Amino acid sequence: MAIFVDENTKVLVQGLTGGQGRFHGLRNRDYGTKIVGGVTPGKGGEDVDGIPVFNSVKEAVAATGATASFIVVPPKFAPAAILEAAEGGIAFIVCITEGIPAHDEAVTYNRLVEEYPHVRLLGPNCPGIISPGKCNIGITAGDIALPGGPVGIVSRSGTLTYQALHELSQQGIGQTTCVGIGGDPVPGTNFIDCLAAFEADPETKAVMMIGEIGGSEEERAAEWIKTNMTKPVVSYIAGVTAPAGRKMGHAGAIISGSKGTAQAKMDALAAAGVHVCLNPTEAGEKMVEIVKAL
Amino acid sequence: MDLFEYQGKQYFSRFGIAVSPGDIADSVDQAVAVAERVGYPVVIKAQVKVGGRGKAGGVKLANDAEEVRFHAGNILGLDIKGHIVHRVWVERSSDIAKEYYASFTLDRPNKSHLGMLSAQGGVEIEVVAEENPDAISFLSIDPVRGLDLATARKWVDEAQLDEVAQEQAAELLVKLYECYTKGDCDLAEINPLILTPDNKVHALDAKVTLDENAAFRHPEWEEFRATETEDPREKMAKEKGLNYIGLDGTVGIIANGAGLAMSTLDVVNQVGGTAANFLDIGGGANADVMASALEVINADPKVKAIFVNIFGGITRVDEVAKGVLEALKRVSISSPIVLRLDGTNAVEGRAILAPHVSDTLITEPTMLDAARRAVELANA
Repeated sequence: MAIFVDENTKVLVQGLTGGQGRFHGLRNRDYGTKIVGGVTPGKGGEDVDGIPVFNSVKEAVAATGATASFIVVPPKFAPAAILEAAEGGIAFIVCITEGIPAHDEAVTYNRLVEEYPHVRLLGPNCPGIISPGKCNIGITAGDIALPGGPVGIVSRSGTLTYQALHELSQQGIGQTTCVGIGGDPVPGTNFIDCLAAFEADPETKAVMMIGEIGGSEEERAAEWIKTNMTKPVVSYIAGVTAPAGRKMGHAGAIISGSKGTAQAKMDALAAAGVHVCLNPTEAGEKMVEIVKAL
Repeated sequence: MDLFEYQGKQYFSRFGIAVSPGDIADSVDQAVAVAERVGYPVVIKAQVKVGGRGKAGGVKLANDAEEVRFHAGNILGLDIKGHIVHRVWVERSSDIAKEYYASFTLDRPNKSHLGMLSAQGGVEIEVVAEENPDAISFLSIDPVRGLDLATARKWVDEAQLDEVAQEQAAELLVKLYECYTKGDCDLAEINPLILTPDNKVHALDAKVTLDENAAFRHPEWEEFRATETEDPREKMAKEKGLNYIGLDGTVGIIANGAGLAMSTLDVVNQVGGTAANFLDIGGGANADVMASALEVINADPKVKAIFVNIFGGITRVDEVAKGVLEALKRVSISSPIVLRLDGTNAVEGRAILAPHVSDTLITEPTMLDAARRAVELANA
């Protein structure tokens, strides 16, 4: 099994007719993902390499039965696209858009929770999700993932997600699902959502969790793990050497005062029984050891 | 982007928040002119983006032109914790009956906005939070519903602001919230928010951090950008659209993605090196971006080796490889380059570089190997 998406997930691409949307949408389809349609207002009736394009999510859902949407539109339009997807009947939304204003994210998140409580948003500003061999929504290079489990991955950082997949696949360790939750201040899906889903998934036997400086999501996840998680968790936190007060690229990655440091997060995770590693390679090696002992 | 106090006050004014009459000056003569216009006594305040300026002699009271000349002369050019004072804010001095604290920021764990209000302002709020947490009244605000006057009225009462201040404070808080949201601030803070002996409430200080992601709908922010004093390396990087932070080490770092860039810094550190910078070329970087990144790193005289760590996702490794070759054509790179390339189109990328590999253009199979090699070269 996989979490959130699998071989039956039918996916729309909002922004399929744009350069990035086309590149990643087609790449996802080549991977085997059921990309059933694209949405670009004003371009309904056209097609992108055989994939039909619709004017609205509602039309696309009616015609294709899509349940998930992959949003690849500029920051200015992304909040409206997210809400349109929810209103159109999409249950799982992946938004990779980087650079959405924090206030727009906060409003969008809260509107989703209040008006569409059953909809799950992944991102914004995330690499997406891949259930290897089944479904790839987003920008992850599919060939670095290895189907078959037993490891679930959840990560706040895009490229570190790839690094984690790579470290495991190189060692012949497969993944059930790899979720990139993104580095923005108001993520739709957080560590705990993913940890809970992995805990409930019988095929996932261990979880790799990759965090970074800023905020307190890792500390909250540690609390959750302590009381709820029975499966082993290996973690790596990026930014041990990051200076305080400087945003390290992600809008959420900033150490303010003594809060949000990598050390505080590692301490909290270690106290919750998580195997805390100092770099991605070490985390990969630790996971190999755990999987071999299963 | 952090604003200077004077910019924060100008920003507040746009949303109708009362501040002391004053203006900015970058010379002694100008400071005197402002003082004459707003009326004595005046306060002359150094404009630096660092705390503790009062203790450093950066805030002075002046009763006449001669005193303005004396103090402004001393403050302009002053070095406060490494920040040189280029401008002073001159404003009419206010008599203070009470000092409060007010701020809005994003409450990330709760995905809502957080208002903080205290009748004990004028000191660092972190200190109040630690010594007397009950003195701060927290208000969680639903970003969809916002803050209305009725809620603000209840809030000022709960925070035990003086009764004569409550109505004005409630109105000001609604305006501050509007400034925070419509103005796209990450932080809008007033400390102190004062009550004068004649029962007027206004902002005596302003701390504003703007959300750069919202710059597209705020063309007026250009003027704030113009006054940003930056590390020359950071300025050059910004002009080229790169996400760069200057550090003090000897290994220049280029990576795609903030997480990988942070991780690269960590790994370089773990194998005994020091990073000269953080540089994230972002998603979808092409040859041109890569070439610019190498130019920026090359301009840093402290750099002794360059570590290019790419894991292609949205970024295509063949583009990165082309960029490296492009940069080598454009400028003479003075340090050896160690590359680690994986991910989207990595095979193509490595093939592009293969004929050019030399003592100064090295490829390594893993991140850890590449870090070791780069550190070895930097320390040689």
